[in-house]
Amino acid sequence: MIAKAIDKINAEQVVKANDGKKALEFKVGDSVKVFVKIKEGEKERVQAFAGTVIAQDGGRGNNATFTVRRISFGVGVEKVFPVNSPYIDRVEVERSARVRRAKLYYLRNLTGKKARLREA
Amino acid sequence: MEGLIGRKIGMTQIYDDQGHRVAVTVIEAGPCPVVQVKTPETDGYRAAQLGFEEQKASRLSKAQAKRFELAGVTPCRLTREFDLEDGEEVKAGDTVTVNIFDGVKYVDVSGVTKGRGFAGVIRRYRIGGGAHTHGGHSKHRIGSIGARDLPGWVEKGKRMPGHMGAVNRKGRNLAVAQVRGEENLLLVRGSVPGPKNGVVIIRKALKK
Repeated sequence: MIAKAIDKINAEQVVKANDGKKALEFKVGDSVKVFVKIKEGEKERVQAFAGTVIAQDGGRGNNATFTVRRISFGVGVEKVFPVNSPYIDRVEVERSARVRRAKLYYLRNLTGKKARLREA
Repeated sequence: MEGLIGRKIGMTQIYDDQGHRVAVTVIEAGPCPVVQVKTPETDGYRAAQLGFEEQKASRLSKAQAKRFELAGVTPCRLTREFDLEDGEEVKAGDTVTVNIFDGVKYVDVSGVTKGRGFAGVIRRYRIGGGAHTHGGHSKHRIGSIGARDLPGWVEKGKRMPGHMGAVNRKGRNLAVAQVRGEENLLLVRGSVPGPKNGVVIIRKALKK
């Protein structure tokens, strides 16, 4: 009962998130465009956040998140998105890169040409 | 009915109506049989005694066994009293389910907190402790416990190391996130006192 109840609730959340949507498919190192729904008063619009996926956390379950990093006006910006968030409209992969680790935190210490990833 | 007895199952996160991610505690609440009804005539007040979880017949005294027999209820491990609402009528043998929380916005959840054993002041009272640098030699200690001549003793209630946790605590005005009647589950926003599998008492919020 104990673990089962929580597993069930978690599974439900995942199903709800993927309802009528394609599961998000991308890898660490991919350059992606995350389309996020934004509510402004009554209106809802979609805004894109483009950058590199530098980490995926929390497995494939309800608690899964991914981190996207981009350089905006010379400043590094990172956003953590919950995979199952109803606010995520879709994710488009623009480019894939060959990376050798699961977390690309080292990119934080690199700038300019050094911060490039090798194309897959 | 004012509340129910339940068991804390654990925590997870769900998305609410606005799509916000909220942390919730999952509580298995009830179903609780009514073991005894207290009436103004016999007891001087109105209340219902609810039971929770089955108990082996061999673990009961004869007096206890008789009580459950009279109520026509399978013996319970735990019983607690809950107030009745005005005009509400229940009788022994009825079953109370989570559905009493349908439409209820806030609840109070009480339980026994996790025992921390003998804890120092930093963990027990969040005292800052001594200097870590400049040759600090009392990083984890209390420091002074009072002056010398005036008052000449240690003041009552001075915060010192000692046993921590394993006491009754109540989380008040916790928002109800979901009521799942079929599974007897109650999802409450935020945390709730006690370990997983700990018994908790859920009541409709007193002050909201």
